[in-house]
Amino acid sequence: MAELGSFALLLALALSVYTFLAGIVALIFQNRSPIPANGGARSALATPAGNLVTLLRRGSERLGETARRAGIATFAAVFLASVLLVICAFHDDFSIAYIFHHSNRDLPGPYKFAVLWSGQEGSLLFWSLLLAAYGFVLRLRYKTDPRLFAYASVVLAGVQIFFLSLLNFAAHPFAIMQGTIPADGNGLNPLLQYPEMVIHPPMLYLGYVGFTVPFAFALGALIMKYPGEKWIHITRRWTMVTWAFLTCGVFLGAHWAYSVLGWGGYWGWDPVENASLMPWLTGTAFLHSVMMQEKRGMLKMWNMWLVFATFWLAILGTFLTRSGIISSVHAFAQSSIGEWFGWFLLITFAVFVVFFFKNKSHLRSEHKLESLVSRESSFLFNNLLFVLLCFTVLWGTWFPKISELVQGNKVTVGAPFYNRVAIPVALLLLILTAVGPLLAWRKTSLESLKRNFMWPTLGAIAVAVFLMITPQRWGSAFGLKPWQDISYFYSLMAIALSVLVILTVASEFYRGGRVISKHTGQGRFASMVQLTHRNTRRYGGYIVHFGVVVVIIGFAGAAFNQDKEQEMANGDKMNIGPYTLICRSYTDDDAPNYASEWAILDVYKGGKQIDTMTPVRRFYKASQQTSTMPDIRSTLNEDLYLVFEGLNQDNGHPIIKAHLNALVMWIWMGVWIMLIGTVVALIPNAPAPIRVPAPARLETAPVTGD
Amino acid sequence: MLEGPRCQMLGLRIGRRPKHLRPETLEAKTNSNPTKRLARHRRKAAQTILLCAAVFALVGAGDPATRFNEIGHQMMCICGCNQILLECNHIGCPDSDGMRNELMAAVSRGDSDSLVEQSFVQKYGPTVLAAPTAKGFDRAAYIIPFAALFFGFGMVVLVILAWKNRPAPALADGLRPVHGAELEQFRDQARKETDL
Repeated sequence: MAELGSFALLLALALSVYTFLAGIVALIFQNRSPIPANGGARSALATPAGNLVTLLRRGSERLGETARRAGIATFAAVFLASVLLVICAFHDDFSIAYIFHHSNRDLPGPYKFAVLWSGQEGSLLFWSLLLAAYGFVLRLRYKTDPRLFAYASVVLAGVQIFFLSLLNFAAHPFAIMQGTIPADGNGLNPLLQYPEMVIHPPMLYLGYVGFTVPFAFALGALIMKYPGEKWIHITRRWTMVTWAFLTCGVFLGAHWAYSVLGWGGYWGWDPVENASLMPWLTGTAFLHSVMMQEKRGMLKMWNMWLVFATFWLAILGTFLTRSGIISSVHAFAQSSIGEWFGWFLLITFAVFVVFFFKNKSHLRSEHKLESLVSRESSFLFNNLLFVLLCFTVLWGTWFPKISELVQGNKVTVGAPFYNRVAIPVALLLLILTAVGPLLAWRKTSLESLKRNFMWPTLGAIAVAVFLMITPQRWGSAFGLKPWQDISYFYSLMAIALSVLVILTVASEFYRGGRVISKHTGQGRFASMVQLTHRNTRRYGGYIVHFGVVVVIIGFAGAAFNQDKEQEMANGDKMNIGPYTLICRSYTDDDAPNYASEWAILDVYKGGKQIDTMTPVRRFYKASQQTSTMPDIRSTLNEDLYLVFEGLNQDNGHPIIKAHLNALVMWIWMGVWIMLIGTVVALIPNAPAPIRVPAPARLETAPVTGD
Repeated sequence: MLEGPRCQMLGLRIGRRPKHLRPETLEAKTNSNPTKRLARHRRKAAQTILLCAAVFALVGAGDPATRFNEIGHQMMCICGCNQILLECNHIGCPDSDGMRNELMAAVSRGDSDSLVEQSFVQKYGPTVLAAPTAKGFDRAAYIIPFAALFFGFGMVVLVILAWKNRPAPALADGLRPVHGAELEQFRDQARKETDL
């Protein structure tokens, strides 16, 4: 099995190299032997030189086709290697070092499947598989624009060669154990034995790897000086799907951290978390600025850099977490492949810079800007803030290393730093999210600004005042006194600005729906659905914005979190917020894969029992590690989050830590809304109705296009 | 302005001031000057803001539990878990319990925030602080992002101005560019016909 897997990987590398080299040769010859212009075709073909040109052209086309097919075959080879590794995990083949280090006999089936991406070598194989899968789809769809797709295919093959070289020469997943074969494996890291871990890495990797595709198209378009914005149209859906995967991956990671790590939070600003956030920020900036290029032919150079930065940051994140250059709590650190990533980053940067400066004259803007108060300006500021947030995260991630180089000692850059620096910028971004969509392209008059913003602004102010004057006993976000703490001030601002965004988005739907309703006589809701269907990208985008602010409201709740730790014998009570916890019992259990200790706690609110919760602590036998499984009771207002921290060694009583985390559910709801919005934006627009002259007897006229 | 007993002590001649230096005249002049009035209002507003900021900053500052919570969230557990001191959740963590007790003792003694931080840094090293300090090179951690914000903001404004001043594309023969009210009229028409 190991030999077959190794052979598949080697074959995949050979096929990728062929795709890359043959693709380049084919493109060079196609460029040197262009199709003769209409008039010259016959005469050119009649001469010996013309014959040679024709032969070269046909030859290069055939060569290009073989390169395309080799690219498709690469997917088959990498897929075979991945399937073999999973089969080895299910067969407990501990002769393979990777399986020995990341699996054990009693590991449940789904986690044996997840072994594929649980360690360094397997995750690189998985990365390579996803890249090959994206390449497979791209090469099948080549007829959309054969030349551009050929360029993109070559770029993709270049990236694939890097990952397959790593797998074959630096981090081989089929490496054989030395000496006698152990009877059982070391087991999977306990923190990864959680259902979400089966889907979190694939989602994140689909996002990371997916940004290679827009980058490949962008670099291809830059190299071939592709006319127009068609490459943007081709990659729009790729970019949005990739962005949705990355969003999903980032938030699944946050949810996993919340549900498994047991410290009561969902984001710790660890370098690995930052590594996933950075490409998300630049990718989001690209999704916005790309509209400027599509609609107005502007920001072409900027978009090139953004799409490159997104791809580059995805690789940089991997470099950060696998090189050990920056300390992280995640397990991939301290390996020898960091150098490989470092060189790859340098080479891709150099290649991009060379082609950018060679062909940048091709990327000139086509239009001028008419006014500071316009959609164009708002996109510029929006991009500035996204990129600045990304820079802040990058700066914070690297600062310990920089500090060590400059002053000889490391410093910690944790949540307090990001709260001070990133929150003000994020609030500015929230203001733009409210203002931007209502600005018209080219120029917006002050009257229209006043008309569109007066009611949403008044609404946001009213909500802020309401939150300040209401009593605290109403719930977490009520009775907010911004002068008591800077975190309360930020929370109030975040909630008020979120309301502003919600109201502006709602007013957009309302006004558009009203126009359709007036013209067609449909109900208001049906009109809004029709409105969305006519311009799915715009209104899908608004739904995404709505989701984002719901997430922000969830983040704002962090200012009201409480926690309490207590030893709880049978019948002991603990009060936290409006809840009273009474320990009914505590016990232990034994399963093949782990032993567990858990407490049974009755939860009372207002003197009435509302739930029974059972936080658990597990001891995994194979890896000899412990892990907590917090029990979480979620409501819209707050999460009651209980952690079984262990037993007091003196009296054997369980120690329970209770967290009351405000508005956390809003975060997960917001993510769902964001994903729904993205799906809506991916749906093709409904055709615009055709305007026909209305007969005089009809009262309603048909509506014109959007 | 020297007046009253102090003026007499200095042996200066006391008499009624010239009209243009009398307080009522000065006040009337100040009130009549909008720039000075504005400046005075601004000064007053700034003083009020400063006062409010000071009050907000001091609210709860004396409460030991609040201080423990605040300082404890500005420090890291040093066991290698990379967690904030008060959020470290390992049973049997070799460090966090001791550090919390030390922090509680320091807060109960009434040590100032900076003294507590200094003693922790001396004992555990600079990585015990959860964020860079505002001293020496560490300041760069905070300055650079905001400098980048202002620089970026300036660049965007410059780009916008440059794009505004870019010459409009040349039109074909016989066509003239549309400006001002005429352009607005066309815009209104376009919005009416396409607005959804």
